[in-house]
Order: sequence, then C-alpha cells, then structure tokens
Amino acid sequence: MRNIFLFIRRFFNFIVLLILQVFSIYLIVHYNTFHNAVFSGVMNEVTGKVNTEYNKVDYYFQLKKTNQQLVKDNERLRNQLKENFESPDTATKIISDSIPYDTMGNLRKWMYLSAKVVSNSVTAQNNFIVLGRGTAQQLKKDEGVIDPNNGVVGIITDVSENFAVVMSLLHKDSKISAKLKNGGDAGQVIWDGKDPNRLSLTDIRKSAKIARGDTVYTSGFTTTFPYGLMIGTIDEIIPDKSTNNYLIKLKSTANFYNLQYVYAIENYQKDEITRLLKNANNKTNN
Amino acid sequence: MSTLIKNIIRFILLILVQVYVLDRVHIHFMVTPYIYFLFILWMPFKLGRTAQMLIAFVLGFTLDSFRHNPGFHAAACVLISYLRPFLINILIPQEGADSNYEEPSPKSMGGFMPYLLYAGVLTFVHHAWLFFLEALQFGNFWYFIIKTLLSTAISLLLIIIVELIFSRKQQFRTNTV
Repeated sequence: MRNIFLFIRRFFNFIVLLILQVFSIYLIVHYNTFHNAVFSGVMNEVTGKVNTEYNKVDYYFQLKKTNQQLVKDNERLRNQLKENFESPDTATKIISDSIPYDTMGNLRKWMYLSAKVVSNSVTAQNNFIVLGRGTAQQLKKDEGVIDPNNGVVGIITDVSENFAVVMSLLHKDSKISAKLKNGGDAGQVIWDGKDPNRLSLTDIRKSAKIARGDTVYTSGFTTTFPYGLMIGTIDEIIPDKSTNNYLIKLKSTANFYNLQYVYAIENYQKDEITRLLKNANNKTNN
Repeated sequence: MSTLIKNIIRFILLILVQVYVLDRVHIHFMVTPYIYFLFILWMPFKLGRTAQMLIAFVLGFTLDSFRHNPGFHAAACVLISYLRPFLINILIPQEGADSNYEEPSPKSMGGFMPYLLYAGVLTFVHHAWLFFLEALQFGNFWYFIIKTLLSTAISLLLIIIVELIFSRKQQFRTNTV
C-alpha cells in the first residue's frame, strides 16, 4: 500500500498529464454527446456574446459585399413577383401569404428564416458558423442553412436560446446528398479538409456523363434541404483507378469567406417523415 | 502590477488576438499561425507543475470553445506545459536564475539563443500534437508533416517579433529566495 502512495507521489505530474490528455481526447472523440450536454448551455452563450461584439465591427467593413448579395437576392425575388406575369384568364386568384396553406390547399413544407452570421471560420479542419438566432427565435436543430444566393452552407447542429451553431460544409462530418443537374446521378458532397470553397463529390459512377462546369444540386432526398439548391459547379474530374467511381472536385456556390446573412430552412413535414421511417424500421426489426 | 492581474490580462488578450486576428489567416490554405500559447511560455517559474497543467488546460479549452471543437488545443497545451519545466532545467545556465527572475525571457534564460530553443521546441511539440490529433480524423500524412513544419516556422517568427516589440522588463530580484 505504501508503495502505491509513493508511486503516485513520485509520478503525480505524469498522472495529471495522462488524465488531462485522456480527457481531451475523450472530448474530441465523443464530441457530440459532450457538445449537447455542456456547450448548448453555457459556452455557446458566452462565446456567442463575445462574437456578436466582434461582428459589429467586422460587419461594418463588409457592408459593400453584403449589400451586393442582398441586391442580387432582391432582383431574383422581384422577378418572381406576380405583377410580372400576365395571364389571359384570371379565374384563379393568387394570394401570396405566409399561412401554411395556399389557395390550392397545398401544405407549406419549407420555411426560410433569415439569420445573421455572428462568427465564421474557414481555416480550421472542422469549421463552424455561429448564427445570432436561437430557439427563442424559432430556429431548431438539424435545419439546413443556405446563403442569399441559394448556395448550401451547412446544417444546424446545436441551438441555444439566442445562438445557433452551424456545421459548415467545411467539416469532416459534413455529408450532403447531392444530384447532378445533367443526368440526375446522385452522390455525396464531403470536404477533404484542405482548401475552403473546394468540395468533393463522391459516389458518381464512371458511366455518368459529366463535364467541367456542370451544376450540382441538393437531391431533396433528405429532410434537411429542399430539391434544387445549388451546392457547387464541377471544377475537376479525377477517375478513381481502384473503384468504378469518379472523384469530383467542386467549386462551392457559397463563398465561405464572406458570409454575413444566411437563411435557415425549416421543414414542416419533417416529424411526419421521421416518424414513418421509424415505424418502418421497427417493423423490419421485429 | 501584480503577477496575477498581469497574467489574467495576458490570457484574455492572447485569446482575443488568436481568435479574431490569427485564426483568420490561412496562408496557402495550410498554415495558420499560433501565438496564444505564449501565455504558457511566459508563465512564472515558481508556479507548481500541476497548477501549470491545469491552467494550460483552461487556456486550450477556452480557445476550443471559440472554435466549437473541444479537446484539440487543450491536449496540445497540457502537453507543452508538462514538458516546459524539463526544458527550463536543461536550458537555464546560471545557478538559481529561475528564482532570481520571474518568468522565462531572453534575459532570464541567459541570451536569445537558449530562449529561442526553448520557444522553438515547445512550439514544435504544440503544433505536432495539435495537427496529429487533427490528422487522425482526415488522415493525410505528408500534409500533416509539411503543415507542422511550416506552421512552426511562422509561429516562431511571430513569437520573435512579439518578443522584440513588447520587451518585458525583468527585474533582477535579490537572491535571498
């Protein structure tokens, strides 16, 4: 017994080192569970507040770019106004409203919520974006996030009362289901951890007809993003020698360097779909 | 100014500079300079080793919370704060310099070269361990080596510049301790 105490006393610092290292690595590996437990509450709010203060200054210097983006967005929306379309027969009346039903009785599925980017990073290997909008302002977990020009930015992983953390496409765990505009082949968009604004598209067969400059869309297969939001354009096509797939490099539509305003997309039918899938899973398991 | 207040201010300033200035630098999509761990390099000599490691953990963890990625910097900081006393023991030349001076600096280490070696080794270890933990996730060996070497060089350059601009006045205390 005495020897054990002597041992502990002699190597006390080394043991402290080991404990702290193991704890750090535990945090890295079990990132998600820890993240939910502690980060949502305290750390998120604290770092969020500091980031908001910094962003007040940073925002001022990017006003010009932000303005350009918003003007572009406005132009696109203005072109969709009903006054711009003339129909010879006005039997149906178009009402643009934000109620969940339109005049045809269709259920609203997607809702866009604007949010201010409070902090953003592109230099790390796992990048996150913080939004200055949280549960108190109707943001929820697992919603998709796009920039004003309809380019996919990421997915909300964590929400606190006034802030939300978005896992950007530039993250090792980021996986977005994607589709080619020409041909409609589906694949997955991931990031290789090197160059921001350059993504990789995997799982595209060599039989697919692709060319440089082709557009890659969201597939609409997931509950996070609607169909047809731009992810990027094909920049480089590398045939993978060991498999039957291409390795495709994309130039991302969203410019991750100067995000200031983004839109979160809420899916009103998400619960229904997830419940169905859960039931189906239960049935097959039994 | 008391040592405690000085170190608290230093802590906050270094974290803010790291988060809002240096983290935005990304040379050739690869190299990000680090300077926040200068706090660990400048910790007082007489601080207990366990306390050093715990403070280093807090420092790393603070930076990690700004990056929403807990663990990476905390691990690297704890490792260099563990190695720090050994290096000081080897490098410090004159008898009892660590009780005559308050904290490591070119003057208290007895010249610029020993101090540079001290900073260089710790910077290298910090970067190597940090990028190694990151590389485990992405797995790209050569990228990791080049990134470590280049980042170490850039960070060391920054440390030298900081050392030249903000030269800390080290009082020679009486050796009655």
